[in-house]
Amino acid sequence: MINLENVSKKFGTGVFGLSDITFAVEKGEFVFLVGPTGSGKTTIFKLLIREMYPTQGTIVVDSWDLVKLPSKQVPELRKKIGVVFQDLKLLTDRTIFENIILPLDIAGVNEEESGRRVEEVLERVGIIEHRDKFPIQLSGGELQRTAIARALILSPDIILADEPTGDLDEATAWDIVKLLSEINEGGTTVIMATHNADIVKKMDKRIIELSLGSIVNDKKTKPKHKKKEEEKDEKPKEKKEVHEEARKDDKKESEKGEDKGKKPITDEFEKALEEE
Amino acid sequence: MKTLRTARRNIRRSPYQAIAAVFIMTLTFLAFSIFAFIIFGSSRIVDYFESKPQVTAFFRDEAAKGDIDKLKSSFEQSEFISEVKFVSKEQALEIYRQQNKDDPLLLDLVTAEILPASLEISTFNIEDLNLVSETLNKSAIVEEVVFQRDVIATLTSWTTAVRAIGIFTVSILATISIFIMVTIIGIKVSQKKQDIETMRLIGAGNWYIRWPFIIEGVFYGVLGAIIGFLLSLGILFWTTPYLSSFLRGIPVLPLSFIFIGILFMLEVILAILLGAFSSYVAVLRYLRKP
Repeated sequence: MINLENVSKKFGTGVFGLSDITFAVEKGEFVFLVGPTGSGKTTIFKLLIREMYPTQGTIVVDSWDLVKLPSKQVPELRKKIGVVFQDLKLLTDRTIFENIILPLDIAGVNEEESGRRVEEVLERVGIIEHRDKFPIQLSGGELQRTAIARALILSPDIILADEPTGDLDEATAWDIVKLLSEINEGGTTVIMATHNADIVKKMDKRIIELSLGSIVNDKKTKPKHKKKEEEKDEKPKEKKEVHEEARKDDKKESEKGEDKGKKPITDEFEKALEEE
Repeated sequence: MKTLRTARRNIRRSPYQAIAAVFIMTLTFLAFSIFAFIIFGSSRIVDYFESKPQVTAFFRDEAAKGDIDKLKSSFEQSEFISEVKFVSKEQALEIYRQQNKDDPLLLDLVTAEILPASLEISTFNIEDLNLVSETLNKSAIVEEVVFQRDVIATLTSWTTAVRAIGIFTVSILATISIFIMVTIIGIKVSQKKQDIETMRLIGAGNWYIRWPFIIEGVFYGVLGAIIGFLLSLGILFWTTPYLSSFLRGIPVLPLSFIFIGILFMLEVILAILLGAFSSYVAVLRYLRKP
């Protein structure tokens, strides 16, 4: 579904936003992109919607080779990827309804059909009562839901959520993550960038950890059905043991060749795993 | 329809910018209309004078009819001559009487005998008048040659000057209009920079973003053209009585409805192009990112 190979991004200042990263995301996966500020999470998202070009490497989304993709086709690509931006990017002079209907308007869907679909999505994300309000009248969580609704409205195959829980209290943050998880269960590939160790810890999902523009850890979890089969076959291990093994694997991987010298895992996530 | 709604919202939410844009367009099209009227009117005046006999040769009293006919037929055979007309002494008296019918004293004093017979000659081109005049002057039977070369030449040079001033003024005003429109629409685009960025990131193509601004520019242009045109029409109707008495006998006014209709259509088309071009330029710089 998404394939990044040896991707680097060097900015005009000479600083590398990403250096030689390679990873693939399968259809229907839920992936956490974690790492400190400036580690390259947002840069990956920007590359995936062709907001910027990589300095080197190849990026393939679905069947689109983003490096070779002609500019005229970029709007089509962007219609297939729903993005929840870090700063939400809601239009302040439009109502919630008008904000959510915008992608449908851009896609040329007729007004009647658009209205019906917006109502459905508003219902799904739980903000139907705010449809005629302006963004300034809504709370942080409601705004996040609006942004998610807008990202969902064209039923994209991929959702990119850039720190959607950033400024939210714990309960609201969990609501948002649950909502994204439900969307994922419907078959949509979700990549969520976050700082929130607690959420990453509790959600049993794949984690790609970035530091200074490089992948320092890519913890893949097995699909649920395979896990269940294994649990039946083997004596269940203690959770801590599983994590210890995962950590050992990660360390082995990170010690290989080019990963040398990079931070293996951030302290925050180390602690979170140990707590378990 | 959605694009129209977006354009309408943009106009409504910044009324002062909209007024400034319409005002400059009104000024441009007011000047355009007034110069169009002047150019059209002056061309009609030149046409009028050109259609009149341009050279008149007065014959000596002793000139024989046969010599006059010979001279007349030599001009009639020339390809430069559009019309040759002989006016006899009796016809000259008739014209004189017609012109002075309200003054019996003048009528009593003049008889056919004292009026000369004449030949009225028109050429297709003003430049050929000199040749006609020289030929007539060389003829022994011609006493005097009068021609309107100077009147027509002056009128033609005035018309050319008015046309040049008109084109220059309208061009300057149109250029200023484009700059002001680009600035006004540019301010609006700049205010919507974030929105444009967001729209692009969620899949909007360039034309989706561009259309509302282009419609806005076209709206300012067309509204300005209509107001400017109506104002100029008002000025024309208001001055028609004065101009008619000034241009007595010269059929310039009233202007034909066909001319007014064509001018209006031309201005609307020009306004659409002007408004659309200004908006296109204003939005262009915000759509250059990948």
